[in-house]
Amino acid sequence: MSILLSNINKKFGQFSALQNINLEIPEGELVALLGPSGCGKTTLLRIIAGLEGADGGEVCLNGKDITAQHVSNRGIGFVFQHYALFRHMTVFDNVAFGLRVKPKKHRPDEATIAKKVHALLELVQLDWLHDRFPDQLSGGQRQRIALARALAVEPSVLLLDEPFGALDASVRKDLRLWLRHLHQELHVTSIFVTHDQEEAMEVASQVVVLNKGRIEQQGIPSEIYDHPVNAFVSKFIGQTNVFHVEKEDSQWLEHAGIVLDDPQGLIAHVRPHDIQIEKAQSAEQSPIILKDWQHLGATIRLELSKIQSQSNAIVYAQMPNEQFKNLNLSKGDHVLLQIKQAHWFN
Amino acid sequence: MRQSHVIQGFAPTLGLTVVYLSLVVLIPLSTLVFKSLQLSWDDYLNVIGNARVLASFRVSFITSLAAATITSFFGFIIAWVLVRYPFPGKRFLDALIDLPFALPTSVAGIVLATIYQPNGAVGQFLQDNFNLKIAYTPLGIVVALIFISLPFVVRTVEPVLQEFDFTMEEAAASLGASRWQVFSKIIFPNIFPALLTGFALSFARGIGEYGSVIFIAGNLPYVSEVIPLLIVTKLEQYDYSGATVIALTMLVASFLLLLLINLLQMWVRKRSGQL
Repeated sequence: MSILLSNINKKFGQFSALQNINLEIPEGELVALLGPSGCGKTTLLRIIAGLEGADGGEVCLNGKDITAQHVSNRGIGFVFQHYALFRHMTVFDNVAFGLRVKPKKHRPDEATIAKKVHALLELVQLDWLHDRFPDQLSGGQRQRIALARALAVEPSVLLLDEPFGALDASVRKDLRLWLRHLHQELHVTSIFVTHDQEEAMEVASQVVVLNKGRIEQQGIPSEIYDHPVNAFVSKFIGQTNVFHVEKEDSQWLEHAGIVLDDPQGLIAHVRPHDIQIEKAQSAEQSPIILKDWQHLGATIRLELSKIQSQSNAIVYAQMPNEQFKNLNLSKGDHVLLQIKQAHWFN
Repeated sequence: MRQSHVIQGFAPTLGLTVVYLSLVVLIPLSTLVFKSLQLSWDDYLNVIGNARVLASFRVSFITSLAAATITSFFGFIIAWVLVRYPFPGKRFLDALIDLPFALPTSVAGIVLATIYQPNGAVGQFLQDNFNLKIAYTPLGIVVALIFISLPFVVRTVEPVLQEFDFTMEEAAASLGASRWQVFSKIIFPNIFPALLTGFALSFARGIGEYGSVIFIAGNLPYVSEVIPLLIVTKLEQYDYSGATVIALTMLVASFLLLLLINLLQMWVRKRSGQL
């Protein structure tokens, strides 16, 4: 179902958590609410769920205003960061809970419930754990059970609050892909909150970037990465080098072949992979040296600095492994820079 | 299985525990057993089978169970209010709860007797409006026991409620559970073991209570005479063996009841995966 938020405002005391949020999420999308901690993304998710009341504004689900409805009547599935599994119930009873609390008229009989619960547990590949208690499961297993529990009531919208935040890195990687595949299978409109831009880019079909209670940008991942609308988004999505035209940084830009006669803004953001590097023939050719480099797997990250500079600013560049080998660089070598693309902001 | 700890100290702590419990609990109680073993089986049945003794057993157990039940109910609500909601005067209320612990029980008994007797403030009101007599009836005993056992339930339930993961409630609500279902299926099952502990403590306290009860009970044989009073009466008549027999019987009965509550608790925990 589509979700429409209009003019959502929320204050906690004097602190304004959300300001005039307007957001439309089309049916079937998997949307990431992305932002630094304290930006209001979890509050927004809780307002959509009805776990928190907004001070003003409307929440519409499929064109129907549900602002005044209690969380239990909204037909949403909510997955919590710390799973919130019922610890006094078995895995089976946890997943069956949403079906068993239905009013008598709509409640399926126990046999139907059992069939459905086992089907869901198979979907999350954990049917063999059905008689365990939550305390006996690992974090990744618990989160998959929490997801199965939320899906049991066939929610029209699935909301996930930092679903992988409490898991360790390798489990998180697996679950991300798994969630994406699950969404492709079920097509239920889903929103998940994250502060990890990589996670948002990898999983979501649309990303909404939030900062200080406002929406900065909304779009498909590539759009946000390639065309950030402002400095915050550019810096938050992926690594970037920041150059201030009016400061000493401008020398870097000149060295890198950017003409500053008529700059397009005051600040230039350059992605590490947009910096091209060549080995300088002699030390006079360029004051920039390779200070250090790190192996990141498929790519190499280079730390560049300028000799005889007041500041010890470092610029990062990134290139494929192969290319780095061909350059045959070692620490302290002088290099020439070429900036292929920069984003300009004021 | 051997576990290594930063602080080693199993032997001295266990040693101290055994010595301490022996001195404080085991030796006094075994004296009780030895003393009553000096009587023959017939003598024993004679003392216990006495109608007045049986009646006071009934009074003691029924009033204690009734008081523990009522305290459990209201203690739960008090703990709930104290944990869940901020309100002015909360700290004052919180301090008030421990007061029955600190007050000498006889003072409590005298105060309760004064206000609940037929021409006391509360007693007169109840007498006039509901034709209800509290003081000098078994109801008076229940009132005294409720008073002294109040902190047990509140203080056992409070920390468990405090640690309760409220996102479980939110999860249940998001799955469509009504408020009552959230309470009965999520909150209560998680609190129940602690509530049972509070109940058991209140009950145990009530069974042995003497000071506050004797002032308000009226102490009518067969009606409102409790076991501890009967034991004291026997002692005053230099009937030491009679007193010990009653005491031992009460001890065994209470022990069995507490054991039953513990087993029930274990069963609940096991069923809910907490063991």
